[in-house]
Amino acid sequence: MRICLPNKGSNRKAGEISAFENNVGEIEYEKNRVVSDDTSAFFSQEVDEDMKKIIEGSHAIAEAVKLSMPKVIAAYPITPQTHIIEKLAEMVAGGELDAEYMTVESEHSAMAACIGAQATGVRTFTATCSAGMAYMWELLYCAAGMRLPIVMGVANRALSAPLNIWNDWSDSMGARDSGWIQLYCETAQEAFDTILQAYRIAEHHNVLLPVMVCIDGFWLSHVYEPVNVLEEQDFVKPYQAPEIDVDSDEGFKRIKIVLDPKQPISMGEYATPQYYQEFKEAQQIAMLNAKLAIKEIHDEFAKKYGRSYGNGLIETYNMDNAKYAIVTMGSVCGTIKHLIENEKIKDVGLIRIKSFRPFPTSELQKALERIESFGVFEKVCSPGLGGVVFNEVKAKTNKPGASFIGGLGGRDVTLDNVRKMFDLIRIKDENIHWI
Amino acid sequence: MIEIRLHGRGGQGAVTAAEVLAIAVFRDGKQSQAFPRFGPERSGAPVEAYCRIDDKFINLRTQVYNPTHLIVLDQSLTKVVDVTQGLAKNGIIIINSEESIDIPGYKVYNIDATKIAMEALGKPIVNTAILGAFAKATKLVTLDSIIEAIKERFDEKLAGKNIVAIKKAYEELRV
Repeated sequence: MRICLPNKGSNRKAGEISAFENNVGEIEYEKNRVVSDDTSAFFSQEVDEDMKKIIEGSHAIAEAVKLSMPKVIAAYPITPQTHIIEKLAEMVAGGELDAEYMTVESEHSAMAACIGAQATGVRTFTATCSAGMAYMWELLYCAAGMRLPIVMGVANRALSAPLNIWNDWSDSMGARDSGWIQLYCETAQEAFDTILQAYRIAEHHNVLLPVMVCIDGFWLSHVYEPVNVLEEQDFVKPYQAPEIDVDSDEGFKRIKIVLDPKQPISMGEYATPQYYQEFKEAQQIAMLNAKLAIKEIHDEFAKKYGRSYGNGLIETYNMDNAKYAIVTMGSVCGTIKHLIENEKIKDVGLIRIKSFRPFPTSELQKALERIESFGVFEKVCSPGLGGVVFNEVKAKTNKPGASFIGGLGGRDVTLDNVRKMFDLIRIKDENIHWI
Repeated sequence: MIEIRLHGRGGQGAVTAAEVLAIAVFRDGKQSQAFPRFGPERSGAPVEAYCRIDDKFINLRTQVYNPTHLIVLDQSLTKVVDVTQGLAKNGIIIINSEESIDIPGYKVYNIDATKIAMEALGKPIVNTAILGAFAKATKLVTLDSIIEAIKERFDEKLAGKNIVAIKKAYEELRV
């Protein structure tokens, strides 16, 4: 028996794999499909306040993970992520969550354990940030390359040196090319909702990629606020390992892609120059497929639970009559919304990128279509280039844009900072500014 | 929006007090947000925690610079920390102290929460007792909701003792 991803050249055997063609079909499907830009129509204004309770952002993630029924959690503590895995450890110890909790000796081992467990056909979870993520670096690529739908919570934190335990996006931004889907959240509620959606997205048969659910360290991980914690859910079903048709001595047969001594397969072990590139191309296609999956799963969630976040990829705020836009991600969007609302600002709107990978190119282009100029605020700098998010956005539009880098190492982004950024966007500034 | 800043020392439970206050005002039908001063905490060192209260969901995610009111869990902090920094004019300050401390320009309430806590809990953990005084002085939160929040946050045995302390502080505070 032989399983491999397709070599799209002519030497591929018929029936060796069909996923590749399906994937191509999905892209066409997406191009021709009209997907709603905003699911606010689904959003019920009568949010059930009675169902909400005040919990910490980290615990919101842990609660959603519990509902998603992972069988293996392998993690190593690191501030400001620790409360997530502490809560999960409590849940496992208390019998609330039926999972194997592995207290590994490092983040490298945490990801290795998740990879091993997920490959045997069970759902997994881990969480990390900063140096912890840096330490699991090579395994991030393994998880993505092996197409394992692992979900990981990230409480974004700066990297050393100098040592700093506070928030910025240096950790996950550095992993932007690792092949993981990256979803950035604005509120504790969104973190909860996004974990549930993340498992569905990761395990979608046209995606099969690991997902990072990112929350700003401290700004979200350590904040107590109202969250509707579902007591039960049927949005995420018990885990089903992906299946594939393979040719064998007995003809074609459908097998689960799991490590099982009764049906030996190997995963991710070796690919010569003849094959390696096809794996990477397949990952890119899966990422493009993920755009549609994210939207559809987000829409399904919105219809079911009455909470939506733009279209799942980006969220626009105050953009209907705006001449200018600020583009950013994460918890700082709340501060920007607060300012726009309190000061009744009409001319500047907010475009929040929720899905940084896959990058919402067409959605951003559409959102920026009618505005005169924009600015991108980001808590990360690529020394020698500047703003990472800015350069990605700027590459997709010819509108004048300003690059704002700030909030590094936990620095507060104040209302005055936001006012200053708005003013620079209004004069169509195109420079880099340190906020 | 109302912003409360809590000053305490590591181990006194300032962060838990902010959390309990957020739970209580939410039970009263308002929206709330609570968070600590971000960073490592050391036992005995000055710490801060915050609680925001509003009628609508709180989007604002900056630090608190101009608190409306203050809760000070340890009177010695008034000598080492500029507790009134940024405090709104006519802000209410609740201080845990044995003696009567006055801070000109603000409405100050003194409560001997340490004594109350020692009697009710057998430990000088004053974070819950002082919330009883806060409720009475500011009327921003009902006593009932603080009691319910304590029941939500702590196990039954611990909740019972804390509720005794909260009620005592509520009764003792002279307004």
